[in-house]
Amino acid sequence: MAGLPRRIIKETQRLMAEPVPGISAVPDEQNARYFHVVVAGPEGSPFEGGVFKLELFLPEEYPMSAPKVRFMTKIYHPNIDKLGRICLDILKDKWSPALQIRTVLLSIQALLSAPNPDDPLANDVAELWKVNEAEAIRNAREWTRTYAMGNI
Amino acid sequence: MDSDEDIMYDDDYDDSGNESSGDDDVEFAMVEEPNNPKERQELDEYPYEVLTTEQILQHMNECMKEVNIVVEMPSTVIRMLLNHFRWDKEKLMERYYDGDPEKLFTEAHVASPFAKMAVPAKIAKKEHRRTGPSVEECEICLSTLPSSVMSGLECGHRFCVSCWAEYLTTKIMSEGIGQTISCAAHNCEILIDDATVMKLVPDAKVRLKYQHLITNSFVECNRLLRWCPSPDCSSVIRVQHVESRPVTCRCGHTFCFACGNNWHEPVRCTLLRKWIKKCDDDSETSNWIAANTKECPKCKATIEKDGGCNHMVCKNSHCKTEFCWVCLGPWEPHGTSWYNCNRYDEDEARAARDAQERSRAALQRYLFYCNRYMNHMQSLRLEHKHYATVKEKMEEMQQHNMSWIEVQFLKKAVDILCQCRQTLMYTYVFAYYLKKNNQSVIFEDNQRDLETATEKLSEYLERDITQENLVDIKQKVQDKYRYCDSRRRVLAEHVYEGYDKEWWEYND
Ligand SMILES: [Zn+2]
Ligand SMILES: [Zn+2]
Ligand SMILES: [Zn+2]
Ligand SMILES: [Zn+2]
Ligand SMILES: [Zn+2]
Ligand SMILES: [Zn+2]
Repeated sequence: MAGLPRRIIKETQRLMAEPVPGISAVPDEQNARYFHVVVAGPEGSPFEGGVFKLELFLPEEYPMSAPKVRFMTKIYHPNIDKLGRICLDILKDKWSPALQIRTVLLSIQALLSAPNPDDPLANDVAELWKVNEAEAIRNAREWTRTYAMGNI
Repeated sequence: MDSDEDIMYDDDYDDSGNESSGDDDVEFAMVEEPNNPKERQELDEYPYEVLTTEQILQHMNECMKEVNIVVEMPSTVIRMLLNHFRWDKEKLMERYYDGDPEKLFTEAHVASPFAKMAVPAKIAKKEHRRTGPSVEECEICLSTLPSSVMSGLECGHRFCVSCWAEYLTTKIMSEGIGQTISCAAHNCEILIDDATVMKLVPDAKVRLKYQHLITNSFVECNRLLRWCPSPDCSSVIRVQHVESRPVTCRCGHTFCFACGNNWHEPVRCTLLRKWIKKCDDDSETSNWIAANTKECPKCKATIEKDGGCNHMVCKNSHCKTEFCWVCLGPWEPHGTSWYNCNRYDEDEARAARDAQERSRAALQRYLFYCNRYMNHMQSLRLEHKHYATVKEKMEEMQQHNMSWIEVQFLKKAVDILCQCRQTLMYTYVFAYYLKKNNQSVIFEDNQRDLETATEKLSEYLERDITQENLVDIKQKVQDKYRYCDSRRRVLAEHVYEGYDKEWWEYND
């Protein structure tokens, strides 16, 4: 692999120096393009109290193409599917090279605070979220307790 | 090559040749008859031009200039606006004068050319005052760099030139985007203009690809332009109005301007499109299977009926069930009536049979037309091989003291043969959808005549030609191809007349 681009080195340094509140992102010891990410469930959301593990990978074309991000911890969310894949515009067509790992993680945190069942990836979850939000939120809390507490 | 001109000279030559040869053969007399349609077609010409990629660029620039005379704006802004209106100048002008130009710029995602003068100056000044000897951080590579290597559009988002180059190269080469590359900043929809792309992309290959993408979107947006569909051709046909008419590209390919398919006289574009879709549709194949096979009533293995006998024995070696093809009942009660099912008239059996017959009849009909269509398509491909054979023959004739121009009739014969095949091929598409009436009977007669004449010409060119005296050949070939051509014209004219007079009624 070619040397690590200056952009990635710099971004990693800044991420370490000023971490995003509620998020930790640590590069893998073997591969500086692979990050172990932990996101705390935002306060007031059904994910509160949970800690969610994610993986983030910077492809060869980064920052011209978006990082690849996936939830490792099971989560009940209309925009995240069974495999942990995330439906987020900036990870797809709205990606801009001026965005960073930091902005991506902040967007994911925001997605936990405000699920968007109108643009779903997990259709059954989104369906319930629309017809019976209270039950969906109960499910999300339940899943958070089962999979995202005491898991680290 | 000047082969096009050759053919034209050849035509002239042939005409004068006819007069002097004074032929009054029966077939020849019939050639003279359909002169009216020929004249009509010539009167009713369809002017078009074949343009190279460079000419397209030029044409595009002319369109932009015409707008620029009226509205003074940078050329890229005009191009983007024109593209937004699919190169409809009038529409653009109308919108421009009619309301709020700023709203128009936003709608087309173009940076307002009028803001241009004001904003960058302001930003530059601010930047300068704040940082003294100006340095800026590029948000993409996160490097702090002198302002001189930073660049951006009117939106004020600035990145270093090498990040811009990488960004644009990715968009152009990997994503194939030309017309609509937006600013690299997140959520900024301002489109990047040509001059900026050209300035920021150092690689000539990428710039060339960019130009190609731009011309492509110009051609694709413009109703009066169409790329030649031939795979290795990059010419464009330009017409004055869209019509289903044959146009011939510089590369020799002739196609319908309106739909881009091979020239398909006499059938219309919509019917042809329907036909092509039908042929592509796999369901026809499965219909065939449904109509020609049945399942063993016991083990469900697929059985194809292979003879006249209704006594079926399942081919599955573990099953070998004997049953009746017609009623699917066990064979035993059928007794010794090997060819007739004596339970045939039972209601249930009859209903099943009727349904099957109907679908089979429809399918047989489709297959009939499809086979003929395919056969002519196949022959048309083979006919192209004739050009090689004919070339040899022409050389041989030249060695026997015939002049080069005198032997061109052979090439002309193959040209006509191909034309007739092509027309015939499409008559089967037309015929498939045609409802029977008095005119459709005439059409079918014409079709039969043309088919017979075409096959005769084909056969003659393929085989008999070598066995004859060289001098006789010319006359015979000319008579035959003129006859074919006349039959083709008669058929086409009749179909067109039918369109005009609304004779034709179609099945779905
Ligand atoms: Zn940069
Ligand atoms: Zn911008
Ligand atoms: Zn061509
Ligand atoms: Zn057409
Ligand atoms: Zn069987
Ligand atoms: Zn039977």
